[in-house]
Amino acid sequence: MSQDIFVVAEHLRGTLADVTFELLGKGRELADATGGALVAVLLGGDAAALAGGLGIADGVVHVDHPSLAEFNPESASAALVEVVAQRSPRLLLVANTSMGMDLAAAVAVRRDVPLVAYATDVALDGDALVATSQLYGGKIYTESVLDGPSSVVSVLAGSFPAAAGKRDGSPTVDAIAAPADIDTGRIEFVALDEPEGGDVDITAQEALVCVGRGIQSEDNIPLAEALAKALGGAVCSSRPIVDSKWLPKTRQVGKSGVKVAPKIYVTLGVSGAPEHIEGMKDAELIIAINTDENAPIFEYAHYGVTEDLFDVVPPLTEKLES
Amino acid sequence: MNIVVPIKLVPDLVEELEIDDDGTDLDRDFLSLRINEFCDHALEEALQLKDAHGATVTVLALDGDETDKVLYTALAKGADRAIKITGIDGAATSRQTANAVANALEGIDYDLVLTGVQAADDRDGQLPVLLASRLGIPHVSVVSEVAIDGDAIHIKKEYAGGVTATLRAKPRVVLGVQAARETPRYAPVSRVRQIMKEAELDEVEAGDVGAGATSSVRRMFTPDKGEGAEMIEGDADAIAAKLAEILNAKRS
Ligand SMILES: Cc1cc2nc3c(=O)[nH]c(=O)nc-3n(C[C@H](O)[C@H](O)[C@H](O)COP(=O)(O)OP(=O)(O)OC[C@H]3O[C@@H](n4cnc5c(N)ncnc54)[C@H](O)[C@@H]3O)c2cc1C
Ligand SMILES: Nc1ncnc2c1ncn2[C@@H]1O[C@H](COP(=O)(O)O)[C@@H](O)[C@H]1O
Repeated sequence: MSQDIFVVAEHLRGTLADVTFELLGKGRELADATGGALVAVLLGGDAAALAGGLGIADGVVHVDHPSLAEFNPESASAALVEVVAQRSPRLLLVANTSMGMDLAAAVAVRRDVPLVAYATDVALDGDALVATSQLYGGKIYTESVLDGPSSVVSVLAGSFPAAAGKRDGSPTVDAIAAPADIDTGRIEFVALDEPEGGDVDITAQEALVCVGRGIQSEDNIPLAEALAKALGGAVCSSRPIVDSKWLPKTRQVGKSGVKVAPKIYVTLGVSGAPEHIEGMKDAELIIAINTDENAPIFEYAHYGVTEDLFDVVPPLTEKLES
Repeated sequence: MNIVVPIKLVPDLVEELEIDDDGTDLDRDFLSLRINEFCDHALEEALQLKDAHGATVTVLALDGDETDKVLYTALAKGADRAIKITGIDGAATSRQTANAVANALEGIDYDLVLTGVQAADDRDGQLPVLLASRLGIPHVSVVSEVAIDGDAIHIKKEYAGGVTATLRAKPRVVLGVQAARETPRYAPVSRVRQIMKEAELDEVEAGDVGAGATSSVRRMFTPDKGEGAEMIEGDADAIAAKLAEILNAKRS
């Protein structure tokens, strides 16, 4: 039985994703515990250039094919299935990102190995791997036992320090030939688009007031704007606010929005789903106002308030102004 | 174009979630179930495509508590057909569920499957990808816009930082929808009641759902409150005063 730990090295436009280093750091720890090798898997990309940043790995496997030049769920899944079929790693770590969500389940089901998703930790406990998952919007955790010869775990970004996985070096790169089914032409890449600019840059603010679904209506956004103004900052939001078109996409913090780390982050009616936490947990001072005492946001906030936001925000704004 | 939307019922996260005596699952006796919000978005996107191009929309869900209500609501919103999958219980793994949905699709003429991107109770993988793999067709996760142009389906896939990719697919394909182009529509209760009188829900058997590799839950737990925020109590004014003090200290 292989004891190797494989990590999918995610890259976009020639740059490795930060979460990849998180996974590599964790993977190093696990490989040292199992006695196996830590191997980074590159699908497409310039292996010679990217491998230099993967020095923490004992080796790199690379699958290359024109259909892997840009992320294509079908081609990337086929390539990763091939890697796992040939090498049968004890554990394949995949980030629970947009790309990772297309890969993890595809490999697990096609190789018929178990998958644990939304993991925030993986540890070796005796002979078994145990993965801790964050479920129910962050309200519940589970520990899953993976005692078979091979498994896949998809990990939430922000679970491990990226610094632990960053090491320059020159690991050997092994090429694996692309499988026959890599390009069926059923999915084609068309274009990659950058977000629109021109709005307030929320990553450059010292203070952010974040509105969540608890704000209830577009008409209540000015309440948050007044507080943000009193703090000398700007308003940002959780995803549903942007989906409702109450604020532009440029204001969205989280997994599919932007990552921020301001001095002050005040949340109004934000539950603290993992996809939001990913974007703001490095803020220096987090204050959460949410009527639900079990809201996961209170796990990450420094100060919490369970009063109605509509009762607290007006007097707070007034006091900050005076 | 024939569009299928598989719908999942999930615990309402606004309610308190209790863990059962074994400590490995939720206490399901008192759970109130509702449609997974991303399924609501998948349905909305399907209905938007129907409005624009004249598609047929079929919704399907596993039989269980609240299933009828959720399916009738989908019909009230504009879905054309609703199917209940029977003979599989709610404790099925994602892989078994994918097999049940795949079995149900055998009897349906479909071009496009729009699922929700994920669900809050999904520990073992997202169904869109499992389903596509089982059906032998491609998949795209984290989709926020779908456009039909003749035989081509244009798909917007979201990455971090607001970056998006546009991909092109041909039928058949499974898409995990993150957000519809519009806020999901609302069906008035009166309309749902009327549909309940007029419409019928079809039923199909789940069939052989297999087992598939799986892991076991050793422990389920709630986060340790001790590590969390320092809670500020009092009336609104006292809370505001304390918060202002903390914020001013940080600002200076
Ligand atoms: C692939 C993917 C990517 C995602 N990307 C992002 C992302 O980038 N950013 C993001 O934010 N989300 C993202 N999400 C969505 C995420 O899963 C959650 O759905 C979302 O963060 C919830 O937003 P919310 O906290 O505003 O709403 P809810 O979860 O509905 O929470 C609202 C909160 O308001 C509280 N509340 C209600 N009324 C009041 C009141 N009067 N006073 C005080 N509190 C009140 C409630 O107790 C509740 O906790 C993503 C999801 C997926 C699947
Ligand atoms: N039991 C189910 N019945 C119908 N659809 C489901 C079921 N489980 C998952 N799905 C679909 O798959 C999506 C993702 O859910 P999940 O696989 O649980 O993350 C949901 O939004 C549904 O569209």
